[in-house]
Amino acid sequence: MVDVAWQEAGVGAQDVAERAKVLNRLRIGDIVFHRITKTAAVFVLVVLGGVIVSLFLGALPVFQEFGFGFLTTQSWNPVTEKFGALAPIYGTVITSLIAMLIAVPFGLMIAMFLTELCPIWLRRPIGISIELLAGIPSIIYGIWGLFVFAPFLQQYLQPPVIAAFENVPVFSTLFAGPPFGIGILTASLILAIMVLPFITSISRDVFDAVPPVLKEAAYGLGWTQWEVWRYVVLPYTRIGVIGGVMLGLGRALGETMAVTFVIGNAHRISGSLLAPGTTISATIANEFTEAVGDLYTASLIALGLILFIITFIVLAIARYLLLRIERRIG
Amino acid sequence: MDASLYASRRRRNLIAAVASYGATFVGLLWLALILGELFWQGFSGLSLRVFTEMTPPPGAVGGLLNAIVGSLIMTALALLIGAPIGILAGTYMAEYGRHSRLTTLVRFINDILLSAPSIVVGLFIYYVMVRPMGHFSGIAGAVVLSVLVVPVMVRTTEDMLTLVPDTLREAAASIGLPRSLMIRQIAYRAARAGIITGLLLAIARISGETAPLLFTALNNQFYSTNLNAPMASLPSVIFQFALSPYKDWQDLAWTGALIITLAVLAMSVIARSLTGTRKAS
Amino acid sequence: MNVATANPAPVAAPHLVESSVPREKIAIRNLNFYYGESRALTGVSLPLYANKATAFIGPSGCGKSTLLRVLNRMYDLYPGQRAEGHVLFEGKDILEPGLDLNLLRARIGMVFQKPTPFPMSIYENIAFGIRLYEKLPKSELDGRVEQALQRGALWSEVKDKLSANGLSLSGGQQQRLCIARTVAVRPEVILFDEPCSALDPISTAKIEELIDELKTDYTIVIVTHNMQQAARVSDRTAFMYLGELIEFDETNKIFTSPNDRRTQDYITGRFG
Repeated sequence: MVDVAWQEAGVGAQDVAERAKVLNRLRIGDIVFHRITKTAAVFVLVVLGGVIVSLFLGALPVFQEFGFGFLTTQSWNPVTEKFGALAPIYGTVITSLIAMLIAVPFGLMIAMFLTELCPIWLRRPIGISIELLAGIPSIIYGIWGLFVFAPFLQQYLQPPVIAAFENVPVFSTLFAGPPFGIGILTASLILAIMVLPFITSISRDVFDAVPPVLKEAAYGLGWTQWEVWRYVVLPYTRIGVIGGVMLGLGRALGETMAVTFVIGNAHRISGSLLAPGTTISATIANEFTEAVGDLYTASLIALGLILFIITFIVLAIARYLLLRIERRIG
Repeated sequence: MDASLYASRRRRNLIAAVASYGATFVGLLWLALILGELFWQGFSGLSLRVFTEMTPPPGAVGGLLNAIVGSLIMTALALLIGAPIGILAGTYMAEYGRHSRLTTLVRFINDILLSAPSIVVGLFIYYVMVRPMGHFSGIAGAVVLSVLVVPVMVRTTEDMLTLVPDTLREAAASIGLPRSLMIRQIAYRAARAGIITGLLLAIARISGETAPLLFTALNNQFYSTNLNAPMASLPSVIFQFALSPYKDWQDLAWTGALIITLAVLAMSVIARSLTGTRKAS
Repeated sequence: MNVATANPAPVAAPHLVESSVPREKIAIRNLNFYYGESRALTGVSLPLYANKATAFIGPSGCGKSTLLRVLNRMYDLYPGQRAEGHVLFEGKDILEPGLDLNLLRARIGMVFQKPTPFPMSIYENIAFGIRLYEKLPKSELDGRVEQALQRGALWSEVKDKLSANGLSLSGGQQQRLCIARTVAVRPEVILFDEPCSALDPISTAKIEELIDELKTDYTIVIVTHNMQQAARVSDRTAFMYLGELIEFDETNKIFTSPNDRRTQDYITGRFG
């Protein structure tokens, strides 16, 4: 006398026992999966550790040979095996700095345009277009810079600039000829174009997150759009903007391909921005495959270590700042 | 009200507005110039030959077959190696260890690795793979690319899984579904579109990477699918050909650049349509 | 330790036994519950009778949802939440450490406030849970899916579109899908956490009808902020306030002549 309704409704003790067996079997898989995911997470840390350790070991011969003089010597002579990192470090820092000086105001202005002035229907297309700039691989920037931008600068922009500043103190050295086309300034300009979309994108995100009530209060007092942006939005988002700028800086410091094509690859620090120079990543990219001799290779790896440390610090600060503003805006 | 003060405020507002319109215009102008030149130069070199013949010595006619195939092989391998690690790590961070200190640390380090200079990663793999092996190889190239894939997948997976509402997890738990099955059969399915987007972004990221390949896979003039030997790739070929003084090599470089850019843009478009959101950095 | 070694289930079909001697399916004894350091439930004790519907009512924050979620140990998913006391399910204390939680939840199912179908087809939503525990041939699986959907009063509306995504249904249909999904796994107890608060009145009426039918085969516990709903659907009602059980009795007694002043105030709308 099997009661159909009771059968359908619940389970008897036997069914419970069978279910227990099924679940027991699945339990091991549960534990294994947990362990695997945890291992994968730890692996990320292992990779970072691996990078630091291998760079350090690879660069060791250099520090044993040159000590800290490596950082202050300008000469770079594979023949006599005298290597100094000063020119690449200088090039890296100065190109990134100039790039940021140009990209930050431009990026902020574009972000302001997109969040305040742009008609709604245009916001998405223009925003996407700016982000496309970030999507273009850097080697494209490199060949465009080499074949289009540098010749253009060489023919039309550099001669007038050189002539204009010829008799101006300070600037005459900064913009001294001859017009190579390629050089530190060209590389900086290309870097600026590459970094621009990052600054725009992050600034735009933080600008959008400002509570409307803050802006409305200012508008209600009769403030102009510029004033609202300058005195309400910008101070409120300051940390996020700085974080975005640091992120862009981190990118600029590590950028290789775009710079390699147009920097001229000269291990020299010259007073003119129009002269060729080199950056850390350009040096490594250009010379690594032809480096003969342990000290040469080790010097290049040492350069990589220096670059990694610099970018690590910059990026850590950037992420920390962005974390703070994410927490505040939530 | 002071009329002249008001006038100067309005003037300043106007200048700022003009400046921001101008900045946007300049930004878009660069995009148009670069893409325009790329399409102009690259298209003229596009022909069937590009996809069927190997890279030529200077002065001869040829194509980019070995470079394209090499890039495809190394990209596919990089995904095969890097994506599972990244997805699993992101899963731990979003599901098991959401508030743990390990997760906070990994997230921080991962974000740094995400933006770290790829050339440094190339040096790392050179030191741990190429030097012990004694020669450059395609597999080293694949590994270096996989190291670049991992942070992208970790970030995407964690973000997408965190978006899955807890009520869905509770619903799965309420029928007695064990944790790992809940993650694999429910959470993954709910986050599927986002994770696929992450994969596309990872592909877009590594497609254009040149520097790390220079000292891992090097380059190969001839057609080769041997992972244990130097392997050609589009970026390496572009690098070599563009810097050379030979016109036909330079033309091929432009064409190769166009191919890469089209692939990257296609990925971005598909990724965007899958999630309908913007993706920064 | 395993709930499977609990006291053997009763032999006779309980719904044919007169409810003058109601059997305790779950017995809550002196339960305290903590969110971190703050206490949300204090000394709660009450019985939940088999094949009856018990309602938890009370103003917002009184702890009724918290109490419900102790019954299937749902709070275990979140660190920092803990329960002290005893909750006896068929005589076995489910607050014991080492209990197989998955098995417990297979026997005590839950329907949530917000309908949450799995991101799959309607058929898969139901089959998913069945497949977890049993290996059935397709024809038998089809039959079980249909049975569950019939039980959820959804079959006639979806039988031609079983492969459609569960999320394509309306809110009320999604909730019935969730009920069908819960029923498919053949639990003994079904917990309802404000199941109709996100639904329109027509869907609400349908689901209340459903709950009434389900009573014959399952033990029902329902949390609701709608007193009329509690009066319509339940046999017993527990009134809670500030984490304490104030009064527990047969539903019509609670709503017509409650013993406690606070109960009276709540049901007449003086507060809450």
